[in-house]
Amino acid sequence: MIPASFEYLRPGSLNEAIAMLSEHGDEAKILSGGQSLIPMMKFRLSRPACLIDINRIPNLDYIKEEDGYLKIGGLTRETALEHSDLIRSRFPILHDTSFVIADVQVRNLATVGGNLAHGDPANDHPATMLALDAEIVATGPQGERIIPIKDFFVAIFTTALRPEEILTEIRIPMNGSRRGGAYLKVERKVGDYATAGVAVQVTLNDRGDVQRAGIGLTNVGPTPIKATGAEGALAGKQLTDEGIAEAARRASEEAQPSSDLRGPAEYKTALVQELTRRALYRAWERAKK
Amino acid sequence: MPSTRRVSIQINGEKISAEVEPRLLLVHFIRETAGLTGTHIGCDTSSCGACTVLLDGRPVKSCTLFAVQADGGEISTVEGLNRNGQMHPIQEGFHLEHGLQCGFCTPGMMMSARALLERNPHPDEQEIRWAIAGNLCRCTGYQNIIKAIQYASKKMAEGVSA
Ligand SMILES: Cc1cc2nc3c(=O)[nH]c(=O)nc-3n(C[C@H](O)[C@H](O)[C@H](O)COP(=O)(O)OP(=O)(O)OC[C@H]3O[C@@H](n4cnc5c(N)ncnc54)[C@H](O)[C@@H]3O)c2cc1C
Ligand code: FES
Ligand code: FES
Repeated sequence: MIPASFEYLRPGSLNEAIAMLSEHGDEAKILSGGQSLIPMMKFRLSRPACLIDINRIPNLDYIKEEDGYLKIGGLTRETALEHSDLIRSRFPILHDTSFVIADVQVRNLATVGGNLAHGDPANDHPATMLALDAEIVATGPQGERIIPIKDFFVAIFTTALRPEEILTEIRIPMNGSRRGGAYLKVERKVGDYATAGVAVQVTLNDRGDVQRAGIGLTNVGPTPIKATGAEGALAGKQLTDEGIAEAARRASEEAQPSSDLRGPAEYKTALVQELTRRALYRAWERAKK
Repeated sequence: MPSTRRVSIQINGEKISAEVEPRLLLVHFIRETAGLTGTHIGCDTSSCGACTVLLDGRPVKSCTLFAVQADGGEISTVEGLNRNGQMHPIQEGFHLEHGLQCGFCTPGMMMSARALLERNPHPDEQEIRWAIAGNLCRCTGYQNIIKAIQYASKKMAEGVSA
């Protein structure tokens, strides 16, 4: 399958890339890992007149701790998250997530920035970033602006990014020492998109009460879903079996799945409940360590 | 017609330069421009891994990458495995352990195996299965592919110590 013709631009700097985006407007698309965009272009579901390949822009590929945040560069590959000691030790939820995305070949190219910017409710990072209360750094002609992740996913395949903006960084607050998270996904076979997925991150205070709980849901609605009702049910209380069961029930009520080849809506709703329960126990385990 | 672009890609150590349309997929550059047809096209939809090659040492699906993106890069394909007509231990493993039937998936499978063994010379079975999760085989049931990679892992370790 051959995509439609396009003009190919390869900026060497962020400023150059933004100038190109401003010039070409809606006609242009950013090419990062290409693992969502190129398949769509081959099916001609997407026919951009111009591709702006950001892969040669320096200093967009990093994972670091700075100013109380974990900072992930927009061009960081899934493979880098998968093999990062910092991620494994401090943010196992992110390791869980990268590990279940696609396969080795796709993860070698796919970027975390692209995974979010694509706005696909079937992608796995959105739920995790919702659970972590991440912030998106968007860089455009006017400089940088911060978009809270809860405002980022606007509609299916649509995010709050403007056409002339590039997602340059993801920031995850590192507050609280007793933190733990987990991402659980049910898929039909290795490398498949989720039938349903649940991301959970909890922070406990000194007394062991839940200081904050973040819960995100994958592929059970037109956008990734932040299960605020379930989060609210946990906040300020001790984690208990009853509390976890109640939060899981609420999360399943917040899911809006539709029936498709991956299963009937009722099944997906039940999956969300069970995965939320299991993810909460795992997050709790990790937070106690 | 939009402008073409000059790209220069090392394939198995040999530099291949050509004027290409940006929409030319890397797999077509390898098969048609360079004439190396060992790299297969299976699904053409990023799922099967038959088109797997190494780009700067890492396995990628060459049907899901434009040739212009690999400009200046180094590609390894199945044709680069043998040394002076001698089979690579991975090829030997697939041969001796019956790691193939029709052979369609084999070139991609071997490139994934090669990348795995370079990063992790002594993988356990689980690690092998994980490394080839992006390579589908309709024939073998994978069991003998695992054995072939285990054979290569052993053989390569002997090669180092000998
Ligand atoms: C076989 C297969 C299986 C997959 N399975 C999964 C899975 O299980 N879970 C999962 O989450 N994903 C999966 N994916 C998708 C994969 O993770 C994608 O690569 C990812 O969704 C997009 O990242 P990318 O870097 O490849 O982006 P691209 O494909 O390059 O871009 C995607 C979109 O985002 C835009 N974009 C990219 N980067 C930026 C940026 N920095 N700023 C602004 N806009 C940008 C592009 O213009 C484009 O519209 C799979 C892909 C394949 C081929
Ligand atoms: S042909 Fe590339 S993945 Fe199947
Ligand atoms: S040997 Fe036939 S597909 Fe693998």
